[in-house]
Order: sequence, then structure tokens, then C-alpha cells
Amino acid sequence: MALLEVKDLDVRFAVRGGDLTALRGISFSLDKGERLGLVGESGAGKSVAAFSILNLIAKPGYIAGGQILFEGRDLAAMSERELRRIRGNRIAMIFQDPMMTLNPVLTIGTQMVEALLAHRKISKKEARAIALDRLQKVQIPSPEKRLDQYPHELSGGMRQRVIIAIALLLDPEIIIADEPTTALDVTIQAEIMDLLLNLCEQENVALMLITHDLGVVSQVTQRMLVMYSGRIIEQGPTREIINDAQHPYTQGLINALPQMGEPGERLFQIPGSMPSLKNVPSGCPFHPRCNFATEQCKQAMPEYVRSGNVNVACYEVANLIEQEKRMQEAES
Amino acid sequence: MTTATVSRWYRFRESFFWYSFKRDKVAIVSFAVLLLMVLAAVFAPLLAPADPYDLAQINIMNSELPPVGMSGADPAFPLGTDAQGRDLLSTILYGTRVSLMIGFGAVVLQAFLGILFGLLAGYLGGKVDAVLMRIADVQLSFSTLMVAIIVGAVFKASFGNLMFGEIAIYMLIFIIGVAEWPQIARTVRASVLAEKKKEYVDAAKVMGFGTRRIMFRHILPNTLSPIFVIATVQIANAIISEAALSFLGLGMPETQPSLGSLIKSGFDYIQGGSWWITLIPGLVLVVLVLVINLLGDWLRDVMNPRLYKG
Amino acid sequence: MLAFLVQRISQAFLVMFVISVIAFAIQDGLGDPLQEMVGMSVSEEEREAIREELGLNDPMVVQYLRFAGNALQGDLGNSYFYSKPTLEVIAEHLPATLELVIGASLIIVFLSVPIGVYAAIRPQAWLSKFFMGVSTVGISIPVFLTAIVLIQLFSIGVTVNWFPSDTGWGQWLNDFFSTEGGLPSYGRGDELTHLFATWESGFFTGTGLMHLILPSVSLASIMLPLFIRLIRAEMMEVLQSDYVRYARAKGLSAGRINFLHALKNTMLPVITVGGVQIGIMVAYTILTETVFQWPGVGLMFLEAITRSDIPLIVAYLMVVGLIFVVTNTLVDLIYGLVNPTVKLTGKKA
Repeated sequence: MALLEVKDLDVRFAVRGGDLTALRGISFSLDKGERLGLVGESGAGKSVAAFSILNLIAKPGYIAGGQILFEGRDLAAMSERELRRIRGNRIAMIFQDPMMTLNPVLTIGTQMVEALLAHRKISKKEARAIALDRLQKVQIPSPEKRLDQYPHELSGGMRQRVIIAIALLLDPEIIIADEPTTALDVTIQAEIMDLLLNLCEQENVALMLITHDLGVVSQVTQRMLVMYSGRIIEQGPTREIINDAQHPYTQGLINALPQMGEPGERLFQIPGSMPSLKNVPSGCPFHPRCNFATEQCKQAMPEYVRSGNVNVACYEVANLIEQEKRMQEAES
Repeated sequence: MTTATVSRWYRFRESFFWYSFKRDKVAIVSFAVLLLMVLAAVFAPLLAPADPYDLAQINIMNSELPPVGMSGADPAFPLGTDAQGRDLLSTILYGTRVSLMIGFGAVVLQAFLGILFGLLAGYLGGKVDAVLMRIADVQLSFSTLMVAIIVGAVFKASFGNLMFGEIAIYMLIFIIGVAEWPQIARTVRASVLAEKKKEYVDAAKVMGFGTRRIMFRHILPNTLSPIFVIATVQIANAIISEAALSFLGLGMPETQPSLGSLIKSGFDYIQGGSWWITLIPGLVLVVLVLVINLLGDWLRDVMNPRLYKG
Repeated sequence: MLAFLVQRISQAFLVMFVISVIAFAIQDGLGDPLQEMVGMSVSEEEREAIREELGLNDPMVVQYLRFAGNALQGDLGNSYFYSKPTLEVIAEHLPATLELVIGASLIIVFLSVPIGVYAAIRPQAWLSKFFMGVSTVGISIPVFLTAIVLIQLFSIGVTVNWFPSDTGWGQWLNDFFSTEGGLPSYGRGDELTHLFATWESGFFTGTGLMHLILPSVSLASIMLPLFIRLIRAEMMEVLQSDYVRYARAKGLSAGRINFLHALKNTMLPVITVGGVQIGIMVAYTILTETVFQWPGVGLMFLEAITRSDIPLIVAYLMVVGLIFVVTNTLVDLIYGLVNPTVKLTGKKA
């Protein structure tokens, strides 16, 4: 059984004049110690997906359907009190901007100790010792001193180290990291990412990495999901998708990567931009930007088809597979 | 009716402004009540059963009669009479008129001062800005009421009671206008600073328009909606300030009462059981201020301007 | 830290200077010390001699410097009416006003924080909507009117006979809507405790406290709606922030999130505004004290105006100005101390 299994998750935003669908039919799983990448442009619903797992979507968003099974128990159906025992304890989160994440008026020590005390029956002194240990693990210089400092006294990189330390405080099974390095200086992004990956490997923590950076995903994750306009359009082993992407959108994303082109060559661009939630096109939401779009694509959302170990939602891919199958049948 | 007014009326009917007004019950009721009170005040000389300024009509024998519905009431005086025997209904109608006049007048004055100083501070910047905003800060930290009381006290001391009574309306408009200009000036300044960064101002400069023309023809029109919202709320504030000054004896004299001075004159008799002389004008004052405030809240929601925060 | 202190204190001095110039201008323009000192019968030559002796013919700047110098030594002249130093008169009246302000501030703090926080946490609850509605109405009621209504209800009392009193339920409803009255609404009562110097306190006797109820409730009523709205707005903004969501992601209890993480950040801006507002309350004491004949500086000031007691008016301006400036400066300094992100250099980090 997978550690985390999301089935047919629907998330909507209740706004005046009806609901907006932010996520539709999201299904994926995460195994113990696995590293899963979640990619897509901004607005694809990556962050909503990340926050919905712990039911932390900002109002007026709400989970409209589906299951989020963690060790077989449905997080989507849990009471706030039960969820609280899982948040931070079994599943930890890392937010995008460490400046906005840490409370500006509380010391680092307070914010670490309170997380421990919320889940463990230990003394403050013991909690402080654990906090110190985690700060050492994330290689913060003079960790003892940091405990009594306020967030604004730390640099951006140090703050994100603190956030990683907090994520590791309670030895969680899963860490969900939402663009953990985007807000940092380019020079330290790789350093922080390496730290996060090493610690996850060391502690055997499963990592769900949300990013728009396909390069990072291709280097560090074992499996990946590609999201577009609130749907997963392709998912499977990272290597397989990167080497041989099936969905036209994923192909576009990969072709847009700088290392794919020759020096001096213009980078590939997917024409157009992602639709907003308010006017999602009918059928496959990607069809207005897709070179392969047919009349069928405008009618209904394609079902997932399997190609190798990859699941893809695309009529074009389905047709190709169908053709191949027929040719094989004809040959035999 | 010309075609221009027709199309303007049509545009208004189709506007978001009218649309959101139709959907907001509180705004409709507030507007209706305000309109009713303004009309009643404007036409007070026609509507009022008696003229409270005319001493010949007053009979001291009628003093402190209760409103209709209580024992001892006289149907000639539906809301009762005050301590001098004046018909309370008429006095309230005239008083509302005075209060509204001072409220509007003071806001016109403070809008003039506020727009002028706000534009200067925002557009010229530098020392002018620093000095004007420092004055505004100090005045606000003292509270507009305190400034109004002090200015009122100085005026009263220098003009003497009698003289002050005669020109009280203009004095009050002046006092409240001067005391409350910083509110509007800050808002105007904030919008000017925002507008100044925009391209059309640069374009106007490049085309060689003078400073004054840029400020009044180009920037000012774009700052009007926040001014409008603030001004609405400021009318309510000015009416309250006037009432407070009159209550302290620094405002309208009893011979020409505003709502505030009516409340004050009635207050002396409340211990004797004649609550209506003070509480009925009080109720009218509260309703007047409340509907203006509610309309102000609604306007702020609809126009959603950048208001000065803090 | 030092730069911040110097900046704030020099600002305070500048404001005090402006106030003193205004006060001097008022004294110079309105006050005629001769009229007070000598009668009408004195000849013009003698007047001129006294003028010269008092230095009233000196240049304005010299006169101002003399005025400011005396003020710094605690001499703001003698009150015409009380015939003693104005500062002494103010010192006798100040404790009453301060106790009124303290009483009102306590009411404001103990009511506005829980109500504002509740309305922010449960914006849809009917109780929140009720509180917000009451605040909107509350803002529209002038403080003296609140005071008068309170006097009518709780001091004079109201007997209702809207319902037939011969039936049991009618009588019950009549009693329900009627109020007893009886709360004192005049002055501070006659059982005051002497604390020190001129401080006579009403905090330590039953009647003293009873006399304080209506005036401080009235004074509080003007600021309470403002504070409730302010706290609610700030709190709602804070509740939307990333760090509050992160606190939830850590699995903290709702209580800790609301009352530590959110409230602490809410209260920072509230402290600044709140400090200034409490200074502004001094202005409203004039109205409250007038209604309740509360023997504080507000009532004293108003009486000084009707008596044209110019030196007392001027002294009041200087003292109230000083109170404003000191509270504003203190509030700035306290804010700097409480908020760790202000590095006390005068700018936000």
C-alpha cells in the first residue's frame, strides 16, 4: 500500500456566481521515501494540490470530492482535531517564501519549540534540545544563537534552512515542499535544494516537490506529475517522461528547457498562456494552444491512456497507441 | 431634455454605480432617509407649524409640554415644546437645516483647503510636502475636535458672546473646515503621489504644460473618487463636531439653534423629567449622521479607492 | 537606538515649540494683564508706565522668550478666576481627568480586544454581525448624547407602561423594559482617598467607583467602535497571512494560532493607533466632563472659556499639548521596543 494515495480529488473555490473548479480528478500516490515532482506553470493548481493534502486551502477554497488516503485513512474526511495530529507531525510542509512563512514577532526557538510541544509530551528543555539538533542538521552557523533570534535577523538562505529544520523536527513520513527555493537568491538555490534532498534521503522521508523548474525535477525526482489548468495531464517515472514525453504540453515544456537547445538558438516557446480559472476551455483545457488539437479535443476531457509506465490524458497519444496496436495486430 | 442628458442618464442607469445601489438595501434606505431629511430641512419654513425664530409666536405658558401620546400633551405641538415654549417639531426642522448647512459648508471649505494643500504637497514634494504634512500630523494627533474647540474658544473670547452669536454659522463653518482639512489633504496627497508616477503626467510635462495646468486639469480629476468618499464621511463628522461645539456653548446660540444646541438646552431639563427636549433632537442627529455614514461605507465599497490608511 | 531616541525627542520639542508659539499668540492677542491688575480708574500715563515695567512694550521675540523661559520654570501665570498659579489649578483638576481616562481605557481594552478578535475569527457569526452593526451605529452617536442617554436610563430611570399592567406578562414586560436609575451622574462623590500631592482618587471607595461608571462608559463609547473595527480589520488581514497558514501546517492548536501568532501581529499596529487615540480621548473629556460635571481639567477649561480666564486657557493648551506629545513619543518608543522588526533606527527593517 502506498504511503499517500490521492484519489479523484476535486477542489473548488466558492465565489459569487457559482464555484470555480481549481482541481479536477487529481489522482496520484507517494511511496515511503519516494521523491515525487509536481510541475506546471503558475496557476496550474500545483500549490492548491499541495495545500489540499493537509486541508490547508485558503478560503473560499474547499475540497469538493475525492479521497486523500494517508496510511489508509482519509485526510479529506477527517475532523480538524484529527488533522492537527498529522500536520507538522506526520506530514510537514515547506512554503515558498521563508520571509513570509516565519512569524516576524516570535523567535526561531519559540516557533520550533511550539511545534514540538504541539505533538509530543516533552518538556520545553527537551524540545529546545531537539530544535538545536535539527538546526545543526541543516548546518546553520552558530545554531544556539539562532534560537533566540527573530526571523528578520537571519538571511533568506538561513531562514529556509530553519524552515527545513522545522519540517524535520518531528521525523515526518512526508515533506511537501512548495517551490522551496524560488524566493531565494539564485546562488544559494542549489545549496538549499541539495540540503533538503540529502536530509530526506538520510531520514528516509518521502518528498513531494512542487516546482515550475523541470530541470530540478528531472535531476532529483523518481516520479513526476505534470499539471495543466487544475488537471494532471501526464504522470509516470521521471526519466521516461523527460526522455520521451507523450503529452504535447509536456513536450513543449521540455523543449523550452535551455539545455535542450543548441547555443545561440532561440528557445522554444509554447504559444499562448494558461487559461484562468474563470474561463477554462471546454474539453481538453490545452487544446487552444495545442498544434495537434482536433474537433474531438474541444468536446470532452480525454481519458488517461497508458504508454509504457506513463499515464497520459491526450486523444492524440491515444490515437497513436491505437494505431500502433492495430499495426502490430496486422503484422501478426 | 437634450440628447446629451438622455445619454448621460442612460449611461448612469447602465453603470456599476447604479447597479450596486439597486442591490444594496441599506444604501437605498439610507439614501431615502437622507433625502427626506434634507428636503424637510430645506423646506422647513414651509413645513414647520411655527417659526421658532419669531419671538411673537412663542408663549412661555406652553413650555415643557410633552409629545403627543403622553399625558398633558397638546395636539398643536406633536413633539412637545421646549423650555421656552417653542414647538419642538419646528425647532428640530430648523435645527436640522442649520446643522446640514454647517456640515456641507464645512466640508466644502475643508475640501477646498485639503485639495489645495494635498495637491501642493503631493505634486511639489520636498520641503512644501514636509511642512504641510507635519502640520497635518500634529493637527490630527491633537484630534480635530480639540483643534475646533480651541479655535472656537479663541474666537469666542475675541469676538464676545453677542457678536459670535450673530455670525456663528460662518464661524462654525470656518472652525470645522480649518480643523478637519488634514483628512482630505492626506488622501489627495496619496492619490497624487500614485498618479504622478503614471505616464500621462510625464506626457503632459513633455508637451510643455505648466505645473498648475497639470495639477488641476490632469491629476485632480483622477483623485476625485477618494475625495468623494472621504467628503461624505466628513459631512457626518462635521455635523457631529458642530453638535459638540454647540453643546459646549461654542456654537449656535439658543435663539437660532442647531441640533447640538437644542440637545444642550434640553439637557438642563432632563433631570426634571422633560427628556423629549434633548432626546428627540438627539435621535434626529443620530439618524442623520448614521445614514450619511452608511452611505459613506457603501460608497467606499463601490468606488474602492486608494484611501489613506493609518 | 540612540539615533531613534534623538529623532523622536527632537520632533517632540519641535511640536512643543509650535504649541508654545500658538499659546503665546493667544495670550498676547486676547489677554490684557493690566485689566486684571489695575482698575478702570487708572490714567493712561500710569498704564503706560506699568506696561513698560511689565515689558509689554518689548519686541515680540523678547516677550516670547520671556514667556517660554517662565513656562520652562513651571510658571504659566496666574489664573484670573482662581487667583493662583494656573499650573496649581491644573494640578488640582488633572487627577480627576486622568482617572476618567484610565477608567475608559480599561473598558476599551477589555471589550475591544475580545470583540474585535471574535468578529475576525468568526466573521459570519450573527454575534459578530451584531457587534459590527452596533459599532457602526456607535460611531454615529456623539459622546455627549451617549452620556445623556445613559443618564436618562441609569441615573434618572425609565418607567415603561407600554403593556397592560393588569396582566402578569404585561407587568413583567413593563418591568423588563423599565430601568431602575439611581447611578450617580454628577461629580465624583464625596468619598475620595488622598493619594499624594493633589491626587484625590475615587478608585478606592464604593461611591468613588460608582461615580466613575457612567462618565467612563460614555467616554469609552466614542473610541470602542473604532477599536473594535480596527482590531477586526487588522486581525482579518493577519489571518490571511502565510505565517498563520504555516502555523496551521505545523499542527498548532487554533487557540495558539489565533491568540499568539495572529494576535501579537494584530496588536502592533493597534498599539500605535491606540496610543494616539488615548491621547485624543483627552479632547473628549471636555464633553464628558461637561455632561457629568466631572471636576477635571476638561470642565475647568470650558469654565475658563466662559470666564475668559486667558492664562488658564493658555496653561491648559500647554499642558494638554505636552500630554499629547509625550504620549505620542512614548507610543513610538514602546512600539519600537515591542516590535522586533523595528531596529529603532526610525525605519522599518
